[in-house]
Amino acid sequence: MSELFDVNFIIGHFQYWLGIILMMTGLFVVVSRGNLVKKVVGLNVFQTSVFMLYISMGKITGGTAPIFTGNPQEVYSNPLPHVLILTAIVVGIATTALGLALIVRIREEYETIEEDNIQHLENAMQRKEDQDAGAMI
Amino acid sequence: MFSAPFTFAALSQHFPILQVVIPLIAAPLAVFIGVTSIAFLLAFAASITSLIISYSMLMQVIDGSVISYHIGGWAPPWGIEYRVDAANAFVLLILSAISTVVLPYAKTSIEREIRASAQTLFYTCYLLCFTGLLGMVITGDAFNVFVFLEISSLSTYVLVALGAERDKRALTAAFNYLIMGTIGATFFVIGLGLLYMMTGTLNMADLANRLPALSDNRTVQTALGFIVVGMGLKLAIYPLHLWLPNAYTYAPSAVTAFLAATATKAAIYVLLRFMFSVFAPDFTAATGALNLIILPFAVIAMFAASIIAVFQADLKKTLAYSSIAQIGYMLLGISYFSHTGITATMIHLFNHAVTKAALFMAVGAIVYQTGTSFIPKLAGLGKQMPWTSAAIVAGGLSLIGIPATAGFISKWVLISGALEKGWWWMAMLIVASSLIAVIYVWQVVETLYLKEPVGDVVVKEAPLSLLIPTWILVIASIYFGLDTELTLSSARAAADALLGTAPLAAGAGS
Amino acid sequence: MSVELSLILTLLIPLLAAWANMIFRNHENLRDGATFIASIVLFGVVVNLLRQHAASPDISVELLSVMPGLSITLSAEPLGLLFATIASGLWIITHIFGVGYMRGNNEDHHTRFFTSFSLAIFATMGIAFSANMFTLFIFYELLTISTYPLVAHKQTMDAKKGARTYLGILMGTSIGFLLVAIIWTWHLTGTLDFVKGGILEGKIEGPLVAILLALYVFGIGKAAIMPFHRWLPAAMVAPTPVSALLHAVAVVKAGVFTMLKVGIYIFGIDFLSTTGASEWLIWLASASILIASLIAMTKDNLKARLAYSTISQLSYITLGMALATSMGALGGGMHIAMHAMGKITLFMCAGSIYVATHKTKVSEMTGLGRVMPFTFAAFLIGSLSIIGLPPLGGSWGKWLLIVGAADAGQQVAIAVLMISSLLNVAYLLPIVGKGFFLANPEPKPAAIGAAISPKSKIAEAPLLVVLPPVLTAIGCLLLFFYAGHIQEFLMPIVTSGK
Repeated sequence: MSELFDVNFIIGHFQYWLGIILMMTGLFVVVSRGNLVKKVVGLNVFQTSVFMLYISMGKITGGTAPIFTGNPQEVYSNPLPHVLILTAIVVGIATTALGLALIVRIREEYETIEEDNIQHLENAMQRKEDQDAGAMI
Repeated sequence: MFSAPFTFAALSQHFPILQVVIPLIAAPLAVFIGVTSIAFLLAFAASITSLIISYSMLMQVIDGSVISYHIGGWAPPWGIEYRVDAANAFVLLILSAISTVVLPYAKTSIEREIRASAQTLFYTCYLLCFTGLLGMVITGDAFNVFVFLEISSLSTYVLVALGAERDKRALTAAFNYLIMGTIGATFFVIGLGLLYMMTGTLNMADLANRLPALSDNRTVQTALGFIVVGMGLKLAIYPLHLWLPNAYTYAPSAVTAFLAATATKAAIYVLLRFMFSVFAPDFTAATGALNLIILPFAVIAMFAASIIAVFQADLKKTLAYSSIAQIGYMLLGISYFSHTGITATMIHLFNHAVTKAALFMAVGAIVYQTGTSFIPKLAGLGKQMPWTSAAIVAGGLSLIGIPATAGFISKWVLISGALEKGWWWMAMLIVASSLIAVIYVWQVVETLYLKEPVGDVVVKEAPLSLLIPTWILVIASIYFGLDTELTLSSARAAADALLGTAPLAAGAGS
Repeated sequence: MSVELSLILTLLIPLLAAWANMIFRNHENLRDGATFIASIVLFGVVVNLLRQHAASPDISVELLSVMPGLSITLSAEPLGLLFATIASGLWIITHIFGVGYMRGNNEDHHTRFFTSFSLAIFATMGIAFSANMFTLFIFYELLTISTYPLVAHKQTMDAKKGARTYLGILMGTSIGFLLVAIIWTWHLTGTLDFVKGGILEGKIEGPLVAILLALYVFGIGKAAIMPFHRWLPAAMVAPTPVSALLHAVAVVKAGVFTMLKVGIYIFGIDFLSTTGASEWLIWLASASILIASLIAMTKDNLKARLAYSTISQLSYITLGMALATSMGALGGGMHIAMHAMGKITLFMCAGSIYVATHKTKVSEMTGLGRVMPFTFAAFLIGSLSIIGLPPLGGSWGKWLLIVGAADAGQQVAIAVLMISSLLNVAYLLPIVGKGFFLANPEPKPAAIGAAISPKSKIAEAPLLVVLPPVLTAIGCLLLFFYAGHIQEFLMPIVTSGK
């Protein structure tokens, strides 16, 4: 527990702190904001935190960019996380694009992109269905 | 490679990669050709080929051997490896078999549920989803799992959203699924990142080798937590199941039939693979008793979901909640941490896939003919659509676990596993939850057969193109309740493979 | 024809009858005639099997191997053969009765009715000839499912409620208790085969034996042991041929048959008596006998009264198993036959009264005996058999049970059996007495006839409905004289080869 107050510990792990803050921010936005576009934004922030986590783990102290220089003594940062994150970024973009497309369609159908209003409309639909069910029994 | 003769023997060397590549290439072909009937044929051909490939691979590995395929010739752990043992071969078989049966059904079913201009794209997304699921299961590289997971998920979101033409709630269902699914996948990736950080490798066999040395490391334990929660969102473990009922209800019927039988199964397989093969069984058991988490949630799922299913007015929603309960059974098998437990999970994977697909296809046939799946509106259909109703009864009996159906076999193995561990109270819980299934199945049976039809519209029986695939699966669910040779021996071999009694890491990542 | 073929035929014939029912759905006479022929052929095959069994006792035929160690296997043994003979013989009679009833009452959904009937007989044959508990369980569940459409037949709100209770209790007990008991047994012994002398000896001890037995007893809901007896009165909403089937032929007898098989072939009579695991059951069965008889006395609805009488009589058989003596087991087996014959007579008489007069309450049946003499005579004979008076079959069943109780030193059981006979008198004979000896309090038929109904005179019911109970009443008489043969036939199940 005392290590949490150790300045070296805090500064030494700042990329993780940053990652956690971004992750939580992103999740918070997804959960608390009613506007669907904001949810997608939150999702992006969340995913970005993961990107940062990966890339930061690839950095080696004293390492240079992983481009072959011909110098046999050279220390390179690990390129693999970069590659993984490129994949993840692409996935993230595709997800965002899909999410936004869905939002456009939702806007067409529901005339709103606020979660509360949509919920309200759907509840009304559900109530009507239940009424029909009750009327039949 | 191209100089080799295209004999079956030569091609069979490349089966692992062909399993994934064939549907993957068929997808853009379908778009480019643009003619719906050809798109269907492409999809169907891809499914059948996948079925042949997965069956032949299963036959190869069922004795405990492992097929290891190095993509691009790069040896693992630097290259990506496709690793097939009895566990994934069995799941691949399930995936391709279901796809082959559902596609002809889908061809007719989507005529009335999706507009003509979008049908080619339906097949494209279907093929992408199929590719993603197959890839997720066959790969031996952890990050590859994420890639294929997202391929299948993204196409699934689109497939679910296609249901908007019938009911606009499909859009919000797809959106919610997107948000939750992405969070789940991202958690999975975080877990993987943590693992990579500690071990430096992403190859599952290699991870299995290196992790035992790190069993006390908090990072690794956290990684396990993230991976379990991440996959848990995908397979709808109890508190993380909220996306499932709406997604299954509002998606087009063929999509629901396909997804209910495949998506969660692949996710369970990945969970099993990580929990038991990558992280050794003792580690998983020791980590703050994953047992203490999965077991209670499995039991809660079994009961809560079944009870909620009783009160649903829409038949598809009832079946969706029933699926959540059945997933609870599969998780229960996992939580036993015994060979019998995993056998039970694997065999229920198969039996439930067959049963649920049959049920959703039957409901889809009703939707095709009547336009609704609302239970009160289905009164009297027992007389007007006898074959479809009989299919629902047969599927329902399998859900309850009546002897001579596939569901019974899964229950039998599950209860045997409980009694083996001396958990007699668990056996009573399992049978108690089966009895709740009796209630919601019988509500439907009563409505279909014992009520008079509503309104004056005369409904005709569904067309053969819908009935035949449905009945193929219904007969399968009865057949596999009477002849368990294939399913039981595969499930046992799968349990062996997962628990490492047939070593996964033989000649580490050779 | 080999034994194997006979066994398979006993299953195939009712199945073909069900199929024929569906094909000939639009040709009434063809459909009912086909089933009639099937029932006669089935009876013939079973009787032939009796003969073949005497020559080669231990043949079995495996139909399907479901899981390693678990297979669907058929074999013929004395208890099963007795059950099958009763079931197939009474199917013929019930079918005739059913045809008469359905047509006489203008009921709907004939095809569904007769198809379910045939499927129920299929399941019954499977139960009778199962060689292991697994096979029995499969057919047991099938019996529940195939009789559900029969109970819910009238599709009224009451019918649906009754059918729900029926299904709920039967399935609840079979999945909730019986399945667990079966898997537990398999877990302990590695087999579920029915073996003379039982398979549990040495594999289980102490209070666990009683617990396992309890799981079986409460799991066999069809034997209607209290407190899981409510399905029987609930099932009375069904048309009377179904009640006749349920109460004499298929469902309840399947229940107590299973009870006996479990006691004799899974536990073993000796094992039960040495461990004393079934003592609690003696008390429960005795209580069930008395309470059910007392309730029967309070019921005005005739079918309800007969239902509670059945619950009481079924507990006799359970008591026979619980006594854990050979005579007790034999008495139980004997009573399966005797009670079947007696009860089916009573139910068919009730059906006959309903078809002729649409009366269901005992209080309305005064004086009816004078206009329906054959029906009431049959009722009298059936009642005497249930009460247990010679020269009717029921007396033998009771006698063996009393001997069995004496062997076990259970005086209380003897007392219970005696008292129960008196109670039987109290709730059965008044019906006959009032029917014959009291005058009909209703105004003269001629006066109301013109105003109320086209039928101005109450007469005996149609022949198809009156003949069957008369035949079975004669059967009660005949069984008295055949009882010795039956006892000899059943002897092997409790002696030698332990």
